[in-house]
Amino acid sequence: MLDIFLKAAFIENMVLAYFLGMCSYLAVSKTVKTAVGLGLAVIFVLSITMPINWLISTYLLEPTTSVLSGIMGQETDLTFLRFILFIAVIASMVQLVEMIIEKSSPALYVSLGIFLPLITVNCAILGGSLFMVAREYNFAESLAFGIGSGFGWFLAIIAIAAIREKLRYSAIPPALRGLGIAFILTGLMGIAFMSLMGIDPGNIIPQK
Amino acid sequence: MAESNTDVAVKPKEPTFAFGKKERQLITDPFNDNNPITIQVLGICSALAVTTLVLPSVVMSIAVVFVISFSALIISLLRNSIPKQVRMIVQLVVIAALVTVVELVLKAASYDVYKQLSVFIGLIITNCIVMGRLEAFSMANRPWRSFLDGLGNGLGYGAILIIIAVVREVFGKGSLLGWQIIGNTDDYMINTATSWMFGWYANNNLMVLPAAAMFIVGIIIWVQRSMYPRLVDAS
Repeated sequence: MLDIFLKAAFIENMVLAYFLGMCSYLAVSKTVKTAVGLGLAVIFVLSITMPINWLISTYLLEPTTSVLSGIMGQETDLTFLRFILFIAVIASMVQLVEMIIEKSSPALYVSLGIFLPLITVNCAILGGSLFMVAREYNFAESLAFGIGSGFGWFLAIIAIAAIREKLRYSAIPPALRGLGIAFILTGLMGIAFMSLMGIDPGNIIPQK
Repeated sequence: MAESNTDVAVKPKEPTFAFGKKERQLITDPFNDNNPITIQVLGICSALAVTTLVLPSVVMSIAVVFVISFSALIISLLRNSIPKQVRMIVQLVVIAALVTVVELVLKAASYDVYKQLSVFIGLIITNCIVMGRLEAFSMANRPWRSFLDGLGNGLGYGAILIIIAVVREVFGKGSLLGWQIIGNTDDYMINTATSWMFGWYANNNLMVLPAAAMFIVGIIIWVQRSMYPRLVDAS
């Protein structure tokens, strides 16, 4: 489980290796404070939706393990409903997170603004669930994958927010300011994270 | 007296022509002035991952154009009957249904490209352009206009996608749509007519990395904003 966490957080980082979740990543990373808030919200949503989606996928949709197959007596393949059910789960979880944040930290709620409900359409969240299905993880692995990818996203958005804060005092050509340099920055960060490629976290704990 | 009252209360409806000036603008604006990727900063996720080869990018663009235009049409038709609180869920369900259709059609039509695109077909649901245009335009505009707006944005997205993919495939693999046009250093001479172009180009492996797509988009933004100074970010 630890190796899946490490892999999802550093080596196959959602943002820097797969470039998922870019829209809110680029839009919210102007200051570190908002980046931290959004990052924590994404970790929470990913960690919760991944296991729930696993349960739905395994016990409702997949023909071989579905509860419905048992009831109907024959294999019922409902995998085509996957997108709709996953996105419905994600939307409800994000609504829940929004309510929690509104109650517990109104300042953060106001500063995140529209981007909190936009976590619903964050590619990283649906993408994470789809990766989990494609790689056929079991429950524990999907939980580790959820927390790991959330943490990786959090790391990436904090890193670029910090860099962009410093960039405000640099002399960048006007045509490249703001969005253009953010793209090039992310590309460079992606290449930097590639240096971690090939590390096999499964071997970190040496076998006796 | 009664007539002047009703004049004030009822604004005459704006005429809609099938391809009037405003309608044509809805299609041409997203190519440059209001490009979803470079100006609106939407739809970036899938733009980068599928652009290693041109063929998946073309298929992806067609899929996105289909999903955006028809979901814009459907949501615009439904816009007056959707309660405000469930707005997002309704939009997501419509988009998810259309994407499921696209996925099944693609799976049947071309399994190879389906395997190449894998998760990214599903990720059209979370493609910010679709949600963005639905929220910004379709919820407040009439069906034909919404359809055209969706079409325009999808085509603008597709244009950028194909530019990135062409650069990445030609420089990264020396091929275009699968046809080898620049010979690689370890290719054999297939026939003497084209032997002159084989064996001299070493693939630029940077282009195969996903990071290259980010650089290319950054450069496209740079070029676009230098060519049209009115698009420069005032902040």
